[in-house]
Amino acid sequence: MATIYVDGKPHQVDAQQNLLHACLTLGFNLPYFCWHPALGSVGACRQCAVKQFRSPEDKHGRLVMACMTPASEGAQISIADPEAVAFRKGIIEGMMENHPHDCPVCDEGGECHLQDMTVMTGHDYRRYEFPKRTFRNQYLGPFVNHEMNRCIQCYRCVRFYREYAGGQDFNVFGIRNLAYFGRHEDGVLESEFAGNLDEVCPTGVFTDATHKHHYTRKWDMQFAPSICVHCGLGCNISPGERYGMLRRIVNRYHGDINGYFLCDRGRYGYEFVNSEQRIRQPQIRSNGQIQPVPKQQAIEEGGRFIASATTVIGIGSSRASLESNFALRMAVGANHFFAGASTQELQLLHLTLEILRTTPVASLRDVEDSDAVLVLGEDVSNYAPRMALSLRQSVRQQPFAMTDKLKIPRWLDHAVREAAQEHKGPLFMATVAATRLDDVATDTYRGAPDEIARLGYAVARTLDPEAAGLRATTASGSLAGQIVRAVRAVTGLGKPPSGAPDADFETMAQRIAQALNGAERPLVISGLGCRSGPVLKAAANVVRALQRNGKPARIALAVPECNSLGLAMLGAKPFEEALAVAREHSGTTAIMLENDLYRQAPGSDVDVFLRSANHLIALDHLQNRTTATAELTFPAATFAESDGTLVNNEGRAQRFFQALTPQEIQESWRWLRDIFVAAGRREFSAWKTLDDVIQSLVSEFPDLAQVAEAAPAASFRMAGEKIPRQPHRYSGRTAMLANINVSEPKPPDDPDSSLSYSMEGNPDQPPAALIPFAWAGGWNSYQAWNKFQEEIAGPLRGGNPGVRLFQPPAQAGEYFQDAPKRFQPREGEWLVVPLYHVFGSEELSILSPGVKQLSPKPYIAMNDEHAKGAGLQAEDMVELAIGGASYRAALQIRPDLPVGIAGVPVGVDLFAGIQLPAWSKIERVS
Amino acid sequence: MADLVSHPDEVKVVSKRFGQGAVNIDRYLELDGYKAVQKALTMQPDEIINLVKNSGLRGRGGAGFNTGLKWSFVPKQSAKPKYILCNGDESEPGTCKDRLIFEHDPHAIIEGVMIAGLAVGAQTGYIYVRGEYRYLLEIVQKAIADAYAKGFLGKNIFDSGKTFDIYWHGGAGAYEVGEESALMESLEGKRGIPRIRPPFPAVVGLWGGPTVINNAETLASVPHILLGGAEWYANLGSPKNGGTRLFCLSGNLNKPGVYELPMGYSLKKMIYEVGGGIPNGRKLKGVVPGGSSVAILTADEVNADVAMDFDAMLKAGSMLGSGGVVVLDDTACIVNFALRTIKFYKHESCGWCIPCREGTDWLQKTLIRFHSGGGVKKDIDNMYYLAENMLGRTFCPLGDAAAMPVIAFVKKFRQEFEDHLDGKPCPFAKHSGAQQSPVMA
Ligand SMILES: Cc1cc2nc3c(=O)[nH]c(=O)nc-3n(C[C@H](O)[C@H](O)[C@H](O)COP(=O)(O)O)c2cc1C
Ligand code: SF4
Ligand code: SF4
Ligand code: FES
Repeated sequence: MATIYVDGKPHQVDAQQNLLHACLTLGFNLPYFCWHPALGSVGACRQCAVKQFRSPEDKHGRLVMACMTPASEGAQISIADPEAVAFRKGIIEGMMENHPHDCPVCDEGGECHLQDMTVMTGHDYRRYEFPKRTFRNQYLGPFVNHEMNRCIQCYRCVRFYREYAGGQDFNVFGIRNLAYFGRHEDGVLESEFAGNLDEVCPTGVFTDATHKHHYTRKWDMQFAPSICVHCGLGCNISPGERYGMLRRIVNRYHGDINGYFLCDRGRYGYEFVNSEQRIRQPQIRSNGQIQPVPKQQAIEEGGRFIASATTVIGIGSSRASLESNFALRMAVGANHFFAGASTQELQLLHLTLEILRTTPVASLRDVEDSDAVLVLGEDVSNYAPRMALSLRQSVRQQPFAMTDKLKIPRWLDHAVREAAQEHKGPLFMATVAATRLDDVATDTYRGAPDEIARLGYAVARTLDPEAAGLRATTASGSLAGQIVRAVRAVTGLGKPPSGAPDADFETMAQRIAQALNGAERPLVISGLGCRSGPVLKAAANVVRALQRNGKPARIALAVPECNSLGLAMLGAKPFEEALAVAREHSGTTAIMLENDLYRQAPGSDVDVFLRSANHLIALDHLQNRTTATAELTFPAATFAESDGTLVNNEGRAQRFFQALTPQEIQESWRWLRDIFVAAGRREFSAWKTLDDVIQSLVSEFPDLAQVAEAAPAASFRMAGEKIPRQPHRYSGRTAMLANINVSEPKPPDDPDSSLSYSMEGNPDQPPAALIPFAWAGGWNSYQAWNKFQEEIAGPLRGGNPGVRLFQPPAQAGEYFQDAPKRFQPREGEWLVVPLYHVFGSEELSILSPGVKQLSPKPYIAMNDEHAKGAGLQAEDMVELAIGGASYRAALQIRPDLPVGIAGVPVGVDLFAGIQLPAWSKIERVS
Repeated sequence: MADLVSHPDEVKVVSKRFGQGAVNIDRYLELDGYKAVQKALTMQPDEIINLVKNSGLRGRGGAGFNTGLKWSFVPKQSAKPKYILCNGDESEPGTCKDRLIFEHDPHAIIEGVMIAGLAVGAQTGYIYVRGEYRYLLEIVQKAIADAYAKGFLGKNIFDSGKTFDIYWHGGAGAYEVGEESALMESLEGKRGIPRIRPPFPAVVGLWGGPTVINNAETLASVPHILLGGAEWYANLGSPKNGGTRLFCLSGNLNKPGVYELPMGYSLKKMIYEVGGGIPNGRKLKGVVPGGSSVAILTADEVNADVAMDFDAMLKAGSMLGSGGVVVLDDTACIVNFALRTIKFYKHESCGWCIPCREGTDWLQKTLIRFHSGGGVKKDIDNMYYLAENMLGRTFCPLGDAAAMPVIAFVKKFRQEFEDHLDGKPCPFAKHSGAQQSPVMA
């Protein structure tokens, strides 16, 4: 800590930080542009100038850039100094020279940092009398809109896109006041983090192109604190509603997870909520016709289906809330509560849970701070996209240690980068195919899942011979020999069949082990991406070996969906067992909760299952193949329309809240309650609010006891008031429904949360889990997050939202022993593995037009040697057969795929329900 | 290729070999070439540094920092390789001296780079040549190749067991890239924008390694100092301003050209004697003494007889800068001259920071309107304000370089600005453009 004096008053600040960071943390309103809490300082805009005095006697002082000046002990500065004030005003004047002043037609208007800073500096009169420069705008794809004339040339975009996110197809061109920020030519931005430009740009150059189609000003939207449902990481989001429509998603700061950034799947996947395919009313199918039915009738019909059934089968969902899944489980009983997922996937999820319970788990913030990383089997960029952005920062940790020695403060971004140059910390990527993180990897290894697992086992055994079940004997020499033998026992000597590129397996394992062991905060990343138990076990073993070596090692595991772990924790059983029950019993009723079974299991099995059931009830958001077979369909609320809890990949329970209040649509747990009450199960009528369900859940599952603490209960009040979902400038409330009824309706009541559907309520900062949107006096843009944090870029006041369900264990867990055998390619057959696409592999986002546009066409991929051997060429129509179904698609040549391996893009319709990995022939069809 | 000029007051050190065919390495050897570096090989690094320090050699790139002192900042131990960078980006309007060295005596630069390398323990040097000097690149390339061929560069130079490599690099046409840190960015293949200091190049420079960057003339002076000694060199100039330097005389003069004169030489004599005085019996209006980036001196200030060294010029309210002396006679329009000057800075502003990027643009637009008769009174104060808003407040000194001349023009020639007001035609309009604005000539 250091004491600095701001306009004569002493303050305690972090001495490692710069003056801007310090002043903002202290709550001062000091304007800035080029500095960004996650990007550091570069001194380009000169907006943050303050007067610095050498001593109390120094009356003259000199202007310094606060963001470029360390908050050193005894620093004396003045924000209010007239020269500083005048200079800052002059800077804005300079920026506004060429800015088009088109706020009324600009999407940024009302949440524009440039507007805020202009007001803050007091620049209110335009003296510049000359023509403005103009630029041509570019088409940048379905997500990001470009309007270059508004640019104030703060360089944030290019720094984020290239330096932070590693994108290559975006840059700054030209010099002087003609610097142009865009692509070398029109085209879709390649980075899956491009959407962050919307928030990174302090003005309206980059705005949300999807929002443009149904634009609403920030101040006119109703927000709710929410959680992204498009992968298992649980990034925090802030959905905005008006006129019953979901307008957009923006980032909701979470200091341990997403920080300031989201991936584009999370930001733009929301449009499925507004889809034409939405089920908006209960439907009944009779005589092959699907017809809407009134709510009460549907509930009663559902009740009859339940009451008359011999057995009720409930299929839960890894994309439904804990509460809805729990309600289903309570209704159908533990024995008849299933997941749509296969035995294999559930086993992997339980293995994941076991590992999470017995291993220190990394949050995304920890991933970012790790200084040596081994990735086993995971295509992070496509499977858990936001994690890739954190991982990209991790390679900066070791260079930081080097620049620390040169006394370059870490926030002095360009100086750090100039000193570090190409130097990167260790990141080893062992994956089945190439990844978009390979460019920052120290080393990459491509192999079959079993080979990847073997590499992990070898690393663990190199780190600790006990990982191979060995005990230290007397002479250390003989121990060393044992280690070598142990490692060889897993690796085999020489090149593995899939071929490590430059060195053999053994030395690679040694190099990885050395890098991890030499690090201060080593990390292993794995997950369900390559659907391999051995890979998960190998990852855990490496962490355990590091722990036994005294290292504070951590693990991060990626899971398929937003509530995969929650579902597994509720003890859902695999689909295969559901199928068996359906076959064995006649007169069953099956309830499918937010689950399109055809995407989970082989089509023929699903057909059998659905046919075996006597009655089918589906609850879902959109029409799909499963709902099409149901007799009764209930419109289930999406994340934007409901409250609930999700458990993310770290085992963190987080609550999301309702932003939209649609008429006929309600949370699945409410539908289930109503149906079961109608079926005579009166006890469920006790569930009036979300908190009632949570209370039952907590008493039923001690494991999940902390779920209640994920957010304050609905009874929570701030000084007796609720928390407004609407900004205080929300307009038109009295008029918006006047065409229907001139008297303003009462805003809906919200029994489930302490948030109100109103702009009225307590204006103070709510608890972190209940912040619907970022706004603070004078700060209308996202930069207002500054005002909600304990320290800039640190945790939100009162702690980041959510609760971790697993506590870090006191000591390292036991090793897994069963290293897999070497992968043996087969003659004439391929091991078909899943390949993931950030746009295309996730069920809900793919229903949004922009994501759909960027999704791949179906393909079957193999490497070129293979294709040549089999006499195949790119674009040949080929076929593979798995689980009794055959799949036809064009052949794609992927030189990065290992020998014996083929890949298909999972998630695209053609491959729905395919169970991978699996062996198959691949043959040309005419 | 430029004509050589001469004057009896000249003291030829750096220009000693001009016109002697020293581009040819054998001829260079005959003219004492590569002796200095061989001497340096017998010396301790600190000895070399002290010698250069004591010679009073100050950077010829503009800032006038003591060269030996700069070298002494390079850490002895470094995990990363160290580098010597020769700044041959010479782009300051009014400055045209480095190109003569490249043209006539390229090996002196190579030798200077090598000696600097021996002094700080670097094994690699880069010679960065301004983009528009493409024709000089061939000379530099050949000189480097010849030095390699003779075994002067590469492994085991002069059988010393030491290694030294030199690479050349051509600029892409930006003035800003002459600024030392932007030059390093450029050399690394990045955009030519400046870096923040600290860390200074001596600690974190090219490719992140400790780096000495010196002007071409500075480096070309070093071999002479090694052979002639510190005392000899120091005594050539004025106190704390050792040696001689190449002054580039241009503008309204009878005998413009590059002359090598002792540091501290009288500016008045430089104009009236060395430069042959002002043509057509015109009167002196002012002199820009150190390249376009410095404050203009009025005729009165010149006639007060200022010495051309770093300290005296600073005292006189201007700077010695890059040695470009631009003379304006009384037909020159200061408003037009200001416009011409600011046009350059506006064009060359790298676009990184706001006061320079927007300030130069606004200044240029104001001056265009002003000079064409559309000026209003508040423009004058606004120009002054815009320049003050840059001075000392931009990211790099290019902003200062644009601000200082403007401030001086407005301060010292306010009347001339006022004479343009109220739609009055430019009082100097009858004179040709070249006369009005000599830098353009
Ligand atoms: C905008 C700008 C342009 C510059 N251009 C040059 C140049 O063309 N050549 C040069 O030697 N120094 C130039 N300099 C000065 C260099 O930054 C640096 O001070 C110099 O190369 C150091 O060498 P010296 O100590 O030998 O003078 C420039 C500085 C600025 C701010
Ligand atoms: S586009 Fe936006 S972020 Fe990029 S430089 Fe311009 S104003 Fe800054
Ligand atoms: S003063 Fe600023 S804009 Fe101008 S050249 Fe330097 S860094 Fe670039
Ligand atoms: S925020 Fe400090 S210079 Fe831009």
